[in-house]
Amino acid sequence: MFRNLLPIVILLGAVSMPLAARAAQPLELKSVKVDLPDSDKMFPDGPGSDAINNNCLACHSAGMVLNQPSLSKQAWAAEVNKMINNYKAPIAAEDIGPIVDYLTALRGTK
Amino acid sequence: MAENGAFHRGITRRQLLAAASAAGVALSKPAWAQSMIDLPLPGGPDARQITTAFPQKGPMILQRTRPPLLETPFEVFDKGVFTPNDQFYVRWHWALIPTEIDIGKFSLTVRGHVNQTLSLSLNDILHGLPSVQLSAVNQCSGNSRGFFQPRVTGGQWANGAMGNAVWTGVRLKDVLDKAGVKLGAVQVRFKGLEEPVVADAPHFMKSLDIDHARDGEVMIAYAMNGEQLPLVNGFPLRLVVPGWYATYWVKMLNDIEVLDQPDTNYWTKVAYTIPDTPHASIKPGETGVKMIPINRMVPRSFATNIASGSKVKAATPMALRGIAFGGDCGVASVDFSIDRGKTWRQAQLGKDEGKYGFRRWQTNLTLPAAGAYGLLIRCTNSNGVAQPDAPNWNPAGFMRNIMESIDIIAV
Repeated sequence: MFRNLLPIVILLGAVSMPLAARAAQPLELKSVKVDLPDSDKMFPDGPGSDAINNNCLACHSAGMVLNQPSLSKQAWAAEVNKMINNYKAPIAAEDIGPIVDYLTALRGTK
Repeated sequence: MAENGAFHRGITRRQLLAAASAAGVALSKPAWAQSMIDLPLPGGPDARQITTAFPQKGPMILQRTRPPLLETPFEVFDKGVFTPNDQFYVRWHWALIPTEIDIGKFSLTVRGHVNQTLSLSLNDILHGLPSVQLSAVNQCSGNSRGFFQPRVTGGQWANGAMGNAVWTGVRLKDVLDKAGVKLGAVQVRFKGLEEPVVADAPHFMKSLDIDHARDGEVMIAYAMNGEQLPLVNGFPLRLVVPGWYATYWVKMLNDIEVLDQPDTNYWTKVAYTIPDTPHASIKPGETGVKMIPINRMVPRSFATNIASGSKVKAATPMALRGIAFGGDCGVASVDFSIDRGKTWRQAQLGKDEGKYGFRRWQTNLTLPAAGAYGLLIRCTNSNGVAQPDAPNWNPAGFMRNIMESIDIIAV
């Protein structure tokens, strides 16, 4: 959408030109205002789904978790603890167990 | 930072969730959730959406909506050595990303162990300092993480968390010289405009040693491929650290702090660390290994016009081509084998667009008879470092660079 204001882009087609020759054109920036899409995806229903939906979606969309490989319960617990200890996720103590159990049921190793 | 309209707020999704919950129904499928792709990740999940919902971006593989993780579809790399801005991969750490940048109001602060604190406008940067350009690969530390076995957590990328662009900007050295670095400076720390949702979570910051920061190659870019950066690629300013993993290429850069003590912030000291071992590799479960900050990239090469599982005609010449990069230096050679590494032949290299960028390679080959072939591609860089024939493993899924293997059936 910014191609029209940047004559230098034309030079990109001429990749045989030495880099130094491309630097000459001045470039002006334009202010930007955009909207970033959000995700409406929630964790599938199951024991603990309320706990994970309520605690985890403020910082990241559910897709990140649903794309993860199968992990042991121990590995899922380590992941939840990393979110709490390293990334300061404000997860209530009583929700930790249900979240780990939910993840293990959803994406646990057999 | 409650209701700043310039931020992409979590509150929006909470309202959405509340609405969905009250209605007792799942929200309707968004209009853009149409096209899907399967990534060949061992054990899955392999299905991903192709999204066109992100501003200033074309079709991208959706790894995560918020904060955005968008992967470049691999066929893009067959089209040329420069990755188009609208399909250049995207990776953010925190969800509060400004969605509005006024170029008249934006400023870059240079502070800390310097003679004078600077507040530079974009005009100061574009017109007050010498402009420089170079081609360089920007690759996520965890590119190809989804191929690690055993699998590890994190963004489950295939091979598309990388891209190559011509970067235009100013030398970091010139900016630091303008502020006047004081004797005793040891590192320079970089911070951008993204903010964590949780107030006491660690703001994303990365540091480079002072000599690296002043090497004349590290730059502050205001353009990629001749255009201003897409917002999600770091508009208006992004640090470019040629030859180093993208974690150092801080997006929406607005704060540079010269330090007289080593940086101990979470993102430098704890996150993005690798085992101090060959190929940053350890055995799964191994503990007590010294960890160091991830740093220089290592060589990689890919075939871009044929995928594993393809069928081709036996005894018929075929073109094979792809891209390679040396990591922290140029490409010396790209070799290929059609017999799983018993014998090797050299591919032809395309034009050198700069040692830190992608290099095109191509060859013609004939698979002599019908049967299954294991094709291997190997880049050797100008420091003499070649891709290994065994995968590395570490718990963060960093620095994968095993030579690529492609199974082809000749019929």
